[in-house]
Amino acid sequence: MTAALAALEARLATKELERDAIESAQTLLAIAEEALERWVVARGDVPTGEQREGFRLLALHRQGARGVPSFNACRETCREIAYHYNLLTMAPHHDQSARRARMMQLLVNHLVLFVSGKMEVEGLGEFCCASRPLRTEPST
Amino acid sequence: MSEAGQDDTKVRYARVAYYPGCALEGTGHAYNASTKAVGKALGLELDEVKNWNCCGAMEVKNIDPKVQTYLSSRVMSIAANEMGAGVVMAPCNGCYHNLKKAEYDLAHDDGSRQVVERISRKAGHAAYRAGQLETIHALDWIKHGVGEEELKRRIRNGLNGIKVANYYGCMYTRPRHIYPEKDSGPGSESTLQPHYMDDLLAAAGAEIVDFPLKTACCGGAHTLSDSDTSTRLVLNILRAAEAAGAEVIATECPTCHSGLEMHQVRAEKVFGEETGVKMMYFTQLLGVALGVSPRKLGIHENVSDARQALAGRGLA
Repeated sequence: MTAALAALEARLATKELERDAIESAQTLLAIAEEALERWVVARGDVPTGEQREGFRLLALHRQGARGVPSFNACRETCREIAYHYNLLTMAPHHDQSARRARMMQLLVNHLVLFVSGKMEVEGLGEFCCASRPLRTEPST
Repeated sequence: MSEAGQDDTKVRYARVAYYPGCALEGTGHAYNASTKAVGKALGLELDEVKNWNCCGAMEVKNIDPKVQTYLSSRVMSIAANEMGAGVVMAPCNGCYHNLKKAEYDLAHDDGSRQVVERISRKAGHAAYRAGQLETIHALDWIKHGVGEEELKRRIRNGLNGIKVANYYGCMYTRPRHIYPEKDSGPGSESTLQPHYMDDLLAAAGAEIVDFPLKTACCGGAHTLSDSDTSTRLVLNILRAAEAAGAEVIATECPTCHSGLEMHQVRAEKVFGEETGVKMMYFTQLLGVALGVSPRKLGIHENVSDARQALAGRGLA
């Protein structure tokens, strides 16, 4: 795991979720965006500042998955993070807010771990469900 | 789907060719046993594909995808051309994915067709042609071959509200283009929010918890190269299931199932992180609800022993 992503994981592990649901959601979303930024930068690109469906996170995911089909395996996670962000910020005083914040924390942690794993495996060649083949010339 | 369409599907799925795949003869033995037991209890019949071979899994595909396509196509050729089947059912996500991918490649790629024809000729069997066979998962088989209403009628020991998080893993829905029947309107499976396992287990009396990591990567691909990342990914999935209130994680793939079980143990040994949620195949849970004995369902074979959780609900 790269040091930067390990630091993000450590931040999540030690993070006390704020009493304020909105603040928790914003902090967690920022960590998720940073994880994807690290992936985009590692691939020699400049992280986008654009948004998709109101979220920079979703635009970053789209950018990160370009040419890497197996990166789509975190598409649903990113969408769930966006969904939990909406739950927390649109109904911050809901009686399920603490639970939702905890779930968002676990979702962001998953994203950080997924990106870490992808970076590790990129160096070894891909062995994922949607991976590209090592050999592309005609079979004999 | 119209009522006539539903009836037609029930007829087609009443007896299908069965491709268990390698894992179901090894680590997934209990999945094999429980799939057969549930089929029998529901009046569904399975004809195992004769002399089947490996689907090519990840290993062959990553070296030469067209050889992988051939390996999967051979299984389909035997089912279609030698057994006269119209439907093949694969309960393993990896096998299901590879058969669907072979179907897609043979329908869309001349190069794949040529390779499959050439190797099939050398091997001395008819080449599989796209469209000869319908490939389904065990979830499709029960969902459309029986349906929730009929399932409810056959339930003998309702699951008594046991709290279940359904984990579908990565290959049941990805990549989306090889699953054209999914996301095709009401009643179809969703690639974004799969729900067939939720529907069936709810019909059997389980309480389905909201579980946002149901298709999350478990790090299976890293298991050998970077075990710690796999363990952390699984641990996070287990924690999320617990945070959602689940007592049991239901699985529908032998690789997902053994990955969750194995890394649950490893998380405790390596990181000192203990989680209590149990893993069961969805067919084991359905079997319990249908009154099949736990032994026939292989529940005692699971590394993650769910018998206490079941007993706590009066189910074992």
